[in-house]
Amino acid sequence: MITSFLVKSLDRTILIAAALLLALAVLVPALNLLTAPDHPLHVPTYLVSLFGKYLTYALLALALDLVWGFCGILSLGHAAFFALGGYAMGMYLMRQIGARGSYGNPLLPDFMVFLNWKELPWFWYGFDMFWFAALMVVVVPGLIAFVFGWFAFRSRVNGVYLSIITQAMTYALLLAFFRNDMGFGGNNGLTDFKDILGFNIQADGTRAALFAASALALALSLVVTSGIVRSKFGKVLVALRDAESRTRFLGYRVEHMKLFAFTVSAMMAGVAGALYVPQVGIINPGEFEPGNSIEVVIWTAVGGRGTLIGPIIGAILVNGGKSIFTAAFPEFWLFALGGLFVLVTLFLPKGVVGTAQQYLARRKAHRAAERQDGESDKEQGATAPEAMAAE
Amino acid sequence: MHRIARTLLLAFLLVAAIAPGLRAEEPLRELIDALGQAKLSDMDEHIAALAKTGDPKVVPVLEALGEGNLYARKADGQVFLTKESGSTLSLTDPVSGESVGEAPKAALSKVKVNNGVRRAVRSALGSLTLLSPDRDARLKAAQSVLQSPNAEALGAIEDALAAEKDGEVRALLEQARATTLIISDRPVEEKRQAVRLLKENGGREALSILSAALNAADDSLKPDIEAAVASIEQSQALWAAGQNVWYGLSLGSVLLLAAIGLAITFGVMGIINMAHGEMVMLGAYTTFLVQEVIRDSLPGLFDWSLAIALPLAFLVTGTVGLAMERGVIRFLYGRPLETLLATWGISLILQQAVRTIFGPTNREVGNPSWMSGAFELGGLTVTWNRLWIILFALAVFAALLFLLKKTPMGLQMRAVTQNRRMASSMGIRTPWVDALTFALGSGIAGMAGVALSQIDNVSPNLGQGYIIDSFMVVVFGGVGNLWGTLVGAFSLGILNKFLEPYAGAVLGKILVLVLIILFIQKRPRGLFALKGRAVEA
Repeated sequence: MITSFLVKSLDRTILIAAALLLALAVLVPALNLLTAPDHPLHVPTYLVSLFGKYLTYALLALALDLVWGFCGILSLGHAAFFALGGYAMGMYLMRQIGARGSYGNPLLPDFMVFLNWKELPWFWYGFDMFWFAALMVVVVPGLIAFVFGWFAFRSRVNGVYLSIITQAMTYALLLAFFRNDMGFGGNNGLTDFKDILGFNIQADGTRAALFAASALALALSLVVTSGIVRSKFGKVLVALRDAESRTRFLGYRVEHMKLFAFTVSAMMAGVAGALYVPQVGIINPGEFEPGNSIEVVIWTAVGGRGTLIGPIIGAILVNGGKSIFTAAFPEFWLFALGGLFVLVTLFLPKGVVGTAQQYLARRKAHRAAERQDGESDKEQGATAPEAMAAE
Repeated sequence: MHRIARTLLLAFLLVAAIAPGLRAEEPLRELIDALGQAKLSDMDEHIAALAKTGDPKVVPVLEALGEGNLYARKADGQVFLTKESGSTLSLTDPVSGESVGEAPKAALSKVKVNNGVRRAVRSALGSLTLLSPDRDARLKAAQSVLQSPNAEALGAIEDALAAEKDGEVRALLEQARATTLIISDRPVEEKRQAVRLLKENGGREALSILSAALNAADDSLKPDIEAAVASIEQSQALWAAGQNVWYGLSLGSVLLLAAIGLAITFGVMGIINMAHGEMVMLGAYTTFLVQEVIRDSLPGLFDWSLAIALPLAFLVTGTVGLAMERGVIRFLYGRPLETLLATWGISLILQQAVRTIFGPTNREVGNPSWMSGAFELGGLTVTWNRLWIILFALAVFAALLFLLKKTPMGLQMRAVTQNRRMASSMGIRTPWVDALTFALGSGIAGMAGVALSQIDNVSPNLGQGYIIDSFMVVVFGGVGNLWGTLVGAFSLGILNKFLEPYAGAVLGKILVLVLIILFIQKRPRGLFALKGRAVEA
């Protein structure tokens, strides 16, 4: 059954992309650890961490693509799930510091000592164990998405209304996490991590391993989402994206399907956040900024929504551009990002990958038409990007 | 005892006034000179003795004492009012009021003061000036004796009360008398009346006086005081609720201003304009520029700066809105999510542009004189700028309602909203109506920016603070319904301010957001939903 799932879920592009990611997961750490620093192929550690960060962003964009590209839910709160996963990981890393903090308290993180707290709040229990934290990384975002989605989809809040209330959700979380009383470090967030699973978090080996883990997680998520969207369930998802009422009238429980996709997507975002935090070394409430969630949307849009590969490419392209831009012309990054939003929506509504696919499909259809005259016009019409995405 | 002494003193002063001369001045001089020899611990008595004379000449002496300008001559111990001039002091005789030349500092010793002495001076001055012929001085004196009640001053207050004609001063004096009476050693019956008077007047001071007096009071008086405290507390709670409503209305008016333009673009046209907040910001910066020009060239016009900025802001943001609609949004009709992204991009560009031009820091926008200050209304403190903003928000609302309901343009706008194709067939140029409607919504946001520049920091991030709130207001009130926006803005404002005392500002805001999210589950189309087929479009 698993093999049949795999066979079904892997078309050629997904297979190539997943294989590429696996190769990266081996190659980049190897080039970082095994070559001398002056070797021409040597990858410096900061680049490993930087690209590791991009891969977690790519995972976040992929998670958004599952709901936006295939389900029509434009979530403007996905960075919130990302940040929640990050906080769960951050809490584990905080507990790992133990007595090495500046106050030397073996149980309480520094900021709690600073706030004069006497004991650990109940929601911090268990985060000293990795398996528990790892569980929470998926459970907390998943649970919040489930509850939120259950309310929202049941009462048929959709379209822009849903976007606005997801934005309100992340805004409310932003305000909440800024409060010192919440017990998540207030506006300083969680930082100053020492080690993860016993390994020094600053060490080259750990960084390389985190990169490999990010690449693996991304490859795995790609296969899973591809499996979801290529299954029968995925076809119905696309149907409800394009004509929700009609799908409902056909007898599908639209709200359940949306809820499933939304929850899975939030869990993926949580995993992305958990991989992000040890690589950048900090998590703070700024991650909940509504602007961040909207930025995720543009990564997905640039790459091409509903293409799975597109969001990954988009996230890496936009963030790579951001890194270069903010270093070279810090003043102009927001102009560039803003312009990107406008230009992509106006001229590239299908994104880079979607447009390329469209072009390839056209050419294929054209060639087919050259062989059998007469049917070419119809063929072109049928290879609309939606049909492509659903394949 | 006091009374007899005072009567004697008054009689004495009367005689002194009839027969002016050295005899009347001598005891005063003695009293003043005594200040020079007094120890700090005895100063209170000396000051009280001086105050008791009731002589207006005492006033400058006490003032000088309080300011540290009273010096005693080392040679004979005579005390002078002094004024510093270089290394010497110019001396003034306190009794005759004449200048008596200068003396080196070394020849004089300063009459020592500390905070205890200054306090005694203040309260003595308070009761002394109660009889001043100048009304404002009396008013000030009455306020000062009311704020720092002193049982010794009771007699003086009663005298002043007997002589006072001015209603406002009288009312203050009555309160001051009641306040001092309670801490004096008068009979219980009089105190009871005083408690009653305080209870009727209410206020925070009365509450603290009564609570302070409660411990020292007679057992027979205690129930009265307790009842009075309870009643004042109750009325204070009512006023506090009233104040909350006021704050809520004020917040509501801000929300209304921020959201009303959105109610047009989002509510009427269905465009998600994420750059709406930036229109507000542009309006605020227009105000800043207008004020800069006025400060530089026409300072006299400063009070008119807002009136000038208002139409300008409307034009500026309206033009930007028009350009946005023609340049970007019109290609995205029917794709609301894409519109959202594109306008978000525009908002980033506008923010960065303003940051590049004006810098990232807050810019100073001043309040015209008619917008600064506050006045008391019962137990409410009403600031003028908040009041004007509420009125302005309502005026904008009314104007917009009129425009939509009573003008040909409004008619066309509503027609296009309800059925675009039919409106088009009837000869309405729908693209133009779209463009103008969007410009109108943006222009109104700009006018809101002029008002909000008065109460918020004018920085490139100004708009971002409002965008989520304004969407909440529009969605809560019901899309496509101006009245819904009005009700939504004010109810959210008041709800927020009522949650604040219990939950704190941030948690209150979170609660409101959660409540709205839950509310939308219940009524996905808001408080006042449009009915009919248009909804499903």
